[in-house]
Amino acid sequence: MIISESKKYHQHKPSRSNLGFYLIMGVIASTYILLIVAMIVADFSYTSPDHILEAIATPEIRYAIKLSMVTSTITMLLSLLVAIPLGYIMARVEFRLKRIVDAIVDIPIVLPPLVIGLSLLILFQTVPGQWIESQVRITYTIGAVILAQFMVACAFAVRTMYVTFDQIHERQEQVALTLGCNRRQAFFKVLLPQAKNGILTAASLAWARALGEFGPILIFAGATRMRTEVLPTTVFLEMSVGNIEAAVAVSLLMILAGFLVLFIVRYLGDRNAIR
Amino acid sequence: MIKVRDLHINQGDFILKQITFNLSEGEYVVLMGKTGSGKSTILEVICGLRNIEHGEIFLGDKVITSLDPGQRQIGYVPQDGALFSHMSVMGNIAFPLKLRKWPKASIKTRVNELADELGILNLLNRSTTNLSGGEIQRVALARALSFKPSVLCLDEPLSALDDETKEDMISVLKVLQRKHKVTMLHVSHSRIEAERLADRVLHMDELCGQQRER
Repeated sequence: MIISESKKYHQHKPSRSNLGFYLIMGVIASTYILLIVAMIVADFSYTSPDHILEAIATPEIRYAIKLSMVTSTITMLLSLLVAIPLGYIMARVEFRLKRIVDAIVDIPIVLPPLVIGLSLLILFQTVPGQWIESQVRITYTIGAVILAQFMVACAFAVRTMYVTFDQIHERQEQVALTLGCNRRQAFFKVLLPQAKNGILTAASLAWARALGEFGPILIFAGATRMRTEVLPTTVFLEMSVGNIEAAVAVSLLMILAGFLVLFIVRYLGDRNAIR
Repeated sequence: MIKVRDLHINQGDFILKQITFNLSEGEYVVLMGKTGSGKSTILEVICGLRNIEHGEIFLGDKVITSLDPGQRQIGYVPQDGALFSHMSVMGNIAFPLKLRKWPKASIKTRVNELADELGILNLLNRSTTNLSGGEIQRVALARALSFKPSVLCLDEPLSALDDETKEDMISVLKVLQRKHKVTMLHVSHSRIEAERLADRVLHMDELCGQQRER
């Protein structure tokens, strides 16, 4: 998460007297960090730049990269479109079924991804689902890839926006109303600009979740090369034919893409915080 | 200027009944009461930020009970100032005027005039994030006064300030009221503030009698 200026003020350096305390905490914390770094280093040591370039050169993988980027970006935008109003309602409005809605939003986070894929597949076998299919084909198409990614990614975006709006005091909007805003203006001119960092975090989380989504896509969209193949599908397909080098090369591409997005978001977030 | 007639406010576990009082034009009234007595609630009701069960609020001869907060033309300054952190000090003061589509030149003149009066000309281009408590209150006052409201509601504006800044702000509030001839309703639990500022003091106990229920 992005650290605001006020939180930075409370950070302090360990002094000699409490060095032991920080040492124990640091040792425990560093095992996890080391594990992540070790995994990435191992991936890099397993392959070479030639392998990565070779992997990128194949038309199937190029297609998967393009499809992953496009679908993840569409999923991110759709997730924000839903997460901003839903997060706002959850944070600001009291209604009878709020606890139930709150629990429903978390279902995609706690369900095994395969179950989400299976449930989507079954949904499109029902009468309303089949009617939709008769109008626009979804199952085993790029539309299915986006819907499968959206079902999981949106839940993370909603949760982030809920916390973001919850942390901005309602007084801000109330003052805006007394200054002459209507409810819509108070939302767009006062609340939303102050939720900028939260929106960035929600967007990056949704994008990263969409990029890494595999289980629901495999079941609901299939793993057809040059059609519904996204990068995680490529890793699975290359692994299944024993081409570990290509699988690792694609994995590294995903790691680099993830890093790049997180770096950009943190850079933008820090710039906003400093302003 | 403001007439409050037979207000009934129900906040679930908190009920205020038969609240009736008047504020004369240009009067500085301090509404006093203990913490949790409902004085801020009354202020928010007058500003249109809370619903009431029944009763009427008049601004002059006009009934404003069912008007949206922005249509009431009542300025509001909460305890923490509630400055908008994504705007500069100037942006905050100019905000109500931009909403009302004032010409740019008029906005600039009005912002500079208020900033000069409140001694915050040097802060106009600053971010609101690193201002002191006194500076926040001055900016919040300038913002609330910018659109020339006839009534200004202040919700414990001095309670979080140190003694020296509080003294400064008391002088500022007196000057503002005199110069802008604005009717002030100031919520406080401090007797000193009331003595220094008020033309008249209203006590919650007298307003509600024994009617307040919990």
